[in-house]
Amino acid sequence: MASVVPLKEEKLLEVELGELPSWILMRDFTPSGIAGAFQRGYYRYYNEYVNVKRGSIARLSLVLAAYVVFNYRRSHKELKHERPRKYH
Amino acid sequence: MNENLFASFITPMMFGLPLVTLIVLFPSLLFPTSNRLVNNRLISLQQWMLQLVSKQMMSIHNTKGQTWALMLMSLILFIGSTNLLGLLPHSFTPTTQLSMNLGMAIPLWAGAVITGFRNKTTASLAHFLPQGTPTPLIPMLVIIETISLFIQPVALAVRLTANITAGHLLIHLIGGATLALMSINTTTALITFIILILLTVLEFAVAMIQAYVFTLLVSLYLHDNT
Repeated sequence: MASVVPLKEEKLLEVELGELPSWILMRDFTPSGIAGAFQRGYYRYYNEYVNVKRGSIARLSLVLAAYVVFNYRRSHKELKHERPRKYH
Repeated sequence: MNENLFASFITPMMFGLPLVTLIVLFPSLLFPTSNRLVNNRLISLQQWMLQLVSKQMMSIHNTKGQTWALMLMSLILFIGSTNLLGLLPHSFTPTTQLSMNLGMAIPLWAGAVITGFRNKTTASLAHFLPQGTPTPLIPMLVIIETISLFIQPVALAVRLTANITAGHLLIHLIGGATLALMSINTTTALITFIILILLTVLEFAVAMIQAYVFTLLVSLYLHDNT
């Protein structure tokens, strides 16, 4: 159950299931920590799929599709009333 | 339907937080920077496009005017990308808000005019009177030219707002009409759908053209004043 590497520095996929709550609580929730998490996520995506010599358009369209889904979720409240129903 | 028509132009807030900041900053994610000589496809395409546009637009200026190149190029990139992203379904287009367009137009126009007045005062004042006017007409013409000068930033902002907003509204209306007609008469719905496709193609063109026109006019005002 106890892993070789200290819990704080383990990656998510290598944490065992029983340790998950304590792993989540140990993460860095300060603003600079959150900003660092966003930066790392962005650069992981960017370096793997876009910053290669012949990056495909598929990965870029995935970003745009995620943007569309984000906006749909944001405006769901107003769009609920436009469904074709007998009683709104 | 009436309330829904304009609901997409409301400034998006989530839990009281201004989500609009994130949406305005989103196009910058699509323009990465790099220090390499040979870049990935995305950056190479953008660099090629930027070179094309900057050569075409900045060639008319003298050295002093060409210091504005960075400003004008980021302007056209921002307006173009924001307009094009607004054509995606459900998205919010910041350039539909008059406040933002005024915030872009007034400082740029004021900068160009004040530069002209500071560095070439007589030449800038001479713009108020076209060459060869008959003497009795001079007072009236000076008034008219002053009004046309002060209307320039307002015209810039309102032109962009009105074009993009009108396009989006038309798409909403015709899309709604197609949906409503589908159960009544399918042929008419098909015709309306074709109109919708043509309109979308037009909107793509308008998105880019508006960016171009905005930037071109700012550069013309700059050319007059440097």
